[in-house]
Amino acid sequence: MLKHKNTSERKFDKGENTMHMADALLSPAVGGAMYAASAAATFYSAKKIKEDFNPKKVPVMGVMGAFVFAAQMINFSIPVTGSSGHICGGMLLAAILGPYAAFMTMIAILLIQCLMFADGGILALGCNIWNMAFYACFFGYFCVYKPIMKNGMTRGKIILASVLGCILSLQLGAFSVVLETTVSGISELPFGVFVAAMQPIHLAIGAIEGLITAAVLVFIYQTRPELLDAEATDNKFSLKKVIAIMSIIVVLVGGALSLAASSNPDGLEWSIGRVTGKEELEADGNVHNTLSNVQEKTAVLPDYSFGNESVAGTSFSGIVGSAVVAVLCILLSVILGVARKKKAKTE
Amino acid sequence: MSKISDAIYEVHYMDTIASGTSPVHRVHPLAKLLVTIAYIWFTVSFDKYNVTGLITMVVYPVALFSLSEVSFKHSIKKLRIVLPFVVLIGIFNPIFDRTPRFLLYGLTITNGMVSGFALFIKAFLTVLASYLLIATTRIESICYALNILHMPDMLVTQILLTYRYITVLLSEANHIFEAYSLRAPFQKGIHYKVWGSLIGQLLFRSIDRASSLYDSMVLRGYSGSFKHSQLPNARWQDFAYPLLWVTLFAVLRYTNLISFIGNLFI
Repeated sequence: MLKHKNTSERKFDKGENTMHMADALLSPAVGGAMYAASAAATFYSAKKIKEDFNPKKVPVMGVMGAFVFAAQMINFSIPVTGSSGHICGGMLLAAILGPYAAFMTMIAILLIQCLMFADGGILALGCNIWNMAFYACFFGYFCVYKPIMKNGMTRGKIILASVLGCILSLQLGAFSVVLETTVSGISELPFGVFVAAMQPIHLAIGAIEGLITAAVLVFIYQTRPELLDAEATDNKFSLKKVIAIMSIIVVLVGGALSLAASSNPDGLEWSIGRVTGKEELEADGNVHNTLSNVQEKTAVLPDYSFGNESVAGTSFSGIVGSAVVAVLCILLSVILGVARKKKAKTE
Repeated sequence: MSKISDAIYEVHYMDTIASGTSPVHRVHPLAKLLVTIAYIWFTVSFDKYNVTGLITMVVYPVALFSLSEVSFKHSIKKLRIVLPFVVLIGIFNPIFDRTPRFLLYGLTITNGMVSGFALFIKAFLTVLASYLLIATTRIESICYALNILHMPDMLVTQILLTYRYITVLLSEANHIFEAYSLRAPFQKGIHYKVWGSLIGQLLFRSIDRASSLYDSMVLRGYSGSFKHSQLPNARWQDFAYPLLWVTLFAVLRYTNLISFIGNLFI
């Protein structure tokens, strides 16, 4: 039984990590920008929690963070498919603690996951907070959950809000992962291919998470409804907040999208192909022809830009240099180890 | 061992190694946090084809592993979480970028191969740096450093409380999951009919626990704000540590040290 269980857990591991950005996939500029955006949301949330401070909520937030951490480890079998899914927790926390406290709690979870389990990275933490906490706690709550819960809560409304909220926030999160990676310029994966791979997977993951969240919220609603965030059902629907959140998302996603488009010739070729029916524009004229001839003659391999001897020369000295550095590192390791042991002996 | 037991073991193990007494463990947490951030920052800022430059950055983890007595083998295990997604992204670089870069014993090395390899090195180095931080610094000390950096008090308190209760609630979840597994053998995950009640029960237990926690906090004088543990004052070494490392990172980043060393031997 254990063997069976572990196999299924490994499978589930693979799908789980497509939303956690790693440091290596980011450029410092993108990592820094996302840190700034997440920091603004963090300070705003801290201010809102302080305004309506309830000391009893502090331990609840802490323990709920640990609860989500533990709940994320449990696999839920998905009927018919034979696979399993898990809970992410942002929407669930927002429905119980309210959006600001949920956001803070999610940050604590993501930071501990990043430090203790290397799930995500320190530079990528800003991206991960934005992709997984901001969309679920703010967009999911203010733009989906609260409008649906207006005028009272019902079982049907909880299911609709949970599924829709999880799907939409995960779609935004997955799209942001694609944008952040593309704008960082680390991956050669064309933007369109990346989007086509990420969005459908997260549509399924979002639907499963939505159903699990709905099942838990319905259970709470039927047994201890007082635990659900009371503010969600009040009639104070804030269009201002919805517009503000949508504007932030549009500005960030739109800005990143334009950067991604400018650094992605595939998208351009695709657009040209759509308009002209050909992948490349044909150019006439003497200057173009002359330059094409020069390029063909100087190229070692047709269609490739090769033929720079200094590149190979630099690479060779680089390989020799790397080997020397490797030897130096081993020496450094040995020397430091010996020095440490000597010091320990004298102490 | 199940995934939950693995996680419990991992938290305890990291707690134990972070309580070490090596010279790196004794450095001020803020200094270590800043050096880690600077290291990751400089590492990811390397050009996507600059493999040789990235190799020089190995100096930092090598020095820290040697000085801190932290197990390198254990840190490699951490890579299995980050690596699948990085590999998934990096594997496409050689496919989509076939521009030849140089010839190596008759084999054409393309830009995509180089950038893909650089991506793996970056992933490897950044994970090692994060691991070295948490393996040499207790989470309470990191929270103290975050406090100095003026992070919201509420956030720091959340990190501390969540961390404290992770093992407790993981044990609860483990009991529930093991009990369920014994009653439903050979079943892949939790059946959809009990999704709500199973997690709901864990949630109720958590909230009841939070209520008891609040009561005990009030009995110990809690009135809405936490008193974080204070660390001894910073020593001159705590200032020298980040200064030296950041200077070295900048030198490694902005000079072509590898080619310079290589040319000395050609």
